[in-house]
Amino acid sequence: MPATHHTRSLQRASTVRRCLCALAAWCFGIALAANASAAQVELSIACRCVEGGVNGAEARWLKQYVIPEYVAAARAQGRDVAVRLREFAGSAEQMSQQLALDFATAQGADLAEFDGFQIPGFVDAGLLKPLAETAGPEADAWEGWSHIPDSAQALVRFRGKRYGVPEQTDVRMIFYRRDLFRRAGLDADHWQPRSWGDLLDAARKLKALDPKSFPLQINAGVAMGEATTMQGYLMLLAGTGEELRDDTGRWIVSSANILGVLDFYKTVYRDEQLGEARTQRLVSGRNRSFTDFQRGKSAILIESNWFYYTAIDPQGDFPIADRDAVVGWAKMPARAPGGGVRAQDFVSVSGGNSFVLNPHSKHPREAWSLLAFMNSAPALRNYQEYNEHLCVRDDVLPPRSQFLRDSGRELLPLTTIRPIDADYEKVSAEIQRMTESVIAGKLTPRAAMGEYAAAVKQIVGTDRTIAFDLRGAAP
Amino acid sequence: MISQRGANVSSRTGIAFMTPAGLLIGLFVVFPFFWIIAVSFTNRSLLGVNALHPQFVGLKNYLDLFDPATFWSQGGFGPSLWLTIQFVVFSALLGQVLLGLVLAWISRELSPRAKSLLQGIVMLAWILPDVVVGFAWFAYLDRDAGTLNQLLHGLNFPAADFLIEHPFLTICLFNAWRGAAFSMMLFDAALQSIPPSYLETADVAGASSWQKFRDIVLPLIRGHIVTDLILITMWTFNVFTPFLLTAGGPSFETDILPIYTYRIAFKSFEFGNGAAIGVIVMLINLAFSLFYLRLAQRGLRAKGKGT
Repeated sequence: MPATHHTRSLQRASTVRRCLCALAAWCFGIALAANASAAQVELSIACRCVEGGVNGAEARWLKQYVIPEYVAAARAQGRDVAVRLREFAGSAEQMSQQLALDFATAQGADLAEFDGFQIPGFVDAGLLKPLAETAGPEADAWEGWSHIPDSAQALVRFRGKRYGVPEQTDVRMIFYRRDLFRRAGLDADHWQPRSWGDLLDAARKLKALDPKSFPLQINAGVAMGEATTMQGYLMLLAGTGEELRDDTGRWIVSSANILGVLDFYKTVYRDEQLGEARTQRLVSGRNRSFTDFQRGKSAILIESNWFYYTAIDPQGDFPIADRDAVVGWAKMPARAPGGGVRAQDFVSVSGGNSFVLNPHSKHPREAWSLLAFMNSAPALRNYQEYNEHLCVRDDVLPPRSQFLRDSGRELLPLTTIRPIDADYEKVSAEIQRMTESVIAGKLTPRAAMGEYAAAVKQIVGTDRTIAFDLRGAAP
Repeated sequence: MISQRGANVSSRTGIAFMTPAGLLIGLFVVFPFFWIIAVSFTNRSLLGVNALHPQFVGLKNYLDLFDPATFWSQGGFGPSLWLTIQFVVFSALLGQVLLGLVLAWISRELSPRAKSLLQGIVMLAWILPDVVVGFAWFAYLDRDAGTLNQLLHGLNFPAADFLIEHPFLTICLFNAWRGAAFSMMLFDAALQSIPPSYLETADVAGASSWQKFRDIVLPLIRGHIVTDLILITMWTFNVFTPFLLTAGGPSFETDILPIYTYRIAFKSFEFGNGAAIGVIVMLINLAFSLFYLRLAQRGLRAKGKGT
């Protein structure tokens, strides 16, 4: 018995030893592998795009063109580079949340898709560094800058420094369904409202045709996030001739024009039920507003041109097969002709998509070289083949789309951009809150504006706000 | 001599055994606790200039929360606090505790098989992961494609828009459904600890079910009830799962404090403000716990006088 016991423990010891040997060999192997790949530079790109999902064409372009072409070009120059695409499927808000947390903890992709309006907040927090600081002087010497108009460069500039490369810009407008307009006896081919009254009248006619329908959607509320501010509130506010801040940079917290915008919302969502407030308040409301338009449940939608060339593209997430025939567009009118900003008859709002360089990138020069490649004219012309869009480069035009050429030509001269201000994002959240109170019927426009005023004063400080006289405003 | 040495060794060993746990608790509970209190006096944030240079702002975060100009505004701190108190009263105290007690009382009189069936079903609601349950309820209640509305439609009822028109009621029912199992199990154990002879004697004396409950059961399980109330109140004060159903909306109608805190701290990244709210929630929970404990002590004292 003791003999067998002894053998068994010997056996056990040898098993342990064998395991240890294997473990050591494994570790050694890993070390070798790591050593071998040390020569390879690994980069990653984060985008709010998913193959077969949101911004699917962008994901395909990055995966099928940008990455393989760049890797091949680098190899031709003797550099071994691997590029990985990190696809993000969530909302734009969630993406920026993710980026803020990534950059704050020195994590995240080397290149990240970025909405320019967040640059001030990120820069002040030290989460973004000027391109020239991260990538070196060649970033400012890039050939592409001479092809990007100054208005587009402003989207990524803060205190005189560049923080990213803008790729595309957008304009906002009214989309309408010709089939429903025809049925309501409206001008289905060349509809162009000249005032808010015209816009409401068209919606009323559509509503009269089917009293249960909600023909008009203009974004409002908290659930819509930034889409409320961009596609809804700012489009209306620009139509009153007012902006968020006055000429000296003070935030306007109370004015007859703000009341006018809120009254418009109240007319649409409460008094006449021309739009469905429920859609605006749903968690997934923006997608619902797309589906409603796609299925002809709504007839007028105020959206970014992105909606046309990506969402309802026949290959998009919310495809309309005969889009070009069914969907028309019109410029957003001022409240009354000549009443918009800069005394314009029509208004628009623009934002833009850019890519920034992660300041914690391990290979900032290689990352910049990839970014410059992505934004070179040949690469962006190739992108147009995947998805036609308004590229900011003046040497990359939409090759075929009449819609993009027309809307860009007509609206870019009229457009306005959001304040480039570190407090903008918080004020924008208050705008969403203010419109929510009105469309939900919780507060009158005046009371909602009162809450907005108090909240903005708390955010930016009372001395940086201004309240205009309300005499003459509707009660 | 020997016993003293033994005691020394054991205390040293005891410390050695406790050190890892102590370090963990210190690192992940005690330190964050004081850190949160410290942060609540600063304007620390993730974005903007305060991220790099957070400043000591004294009580500003607290004063801002209670600023009369914004306290009662839509989506403000006041409505959220008031909503949370209602949420605790309806879904936790009336919902979970009372429902748990009733279920435990009912299951006492059931056959063993029926009892384990009932408890199994109730437990199921408790052990499923949050995200699964949240999605299941969301899918169940949706107006256009939800299961419940399909059933109602089959019975010729109009479609109901639970999450938009009755969001607060929905999350109250949800939370009561979700958490009743814990109270049920706790009360079930408590009821089993009551000597059957007490109740049998009462039966002989002709006491009704309610009288037995009021005069025998309630005094005997008072301690359990207090424990349950403390735990359930704290849990409900801190529960985040309703976010999966309503995201705090529509129009802040389900904006309970955990969701409010999330909005401030992790959507706006205002860590200073968020920490201040956290501290206030902690104080409220502390007040509730002290109140319950006082209640229990008074009960014990009264019982001591009675006998």
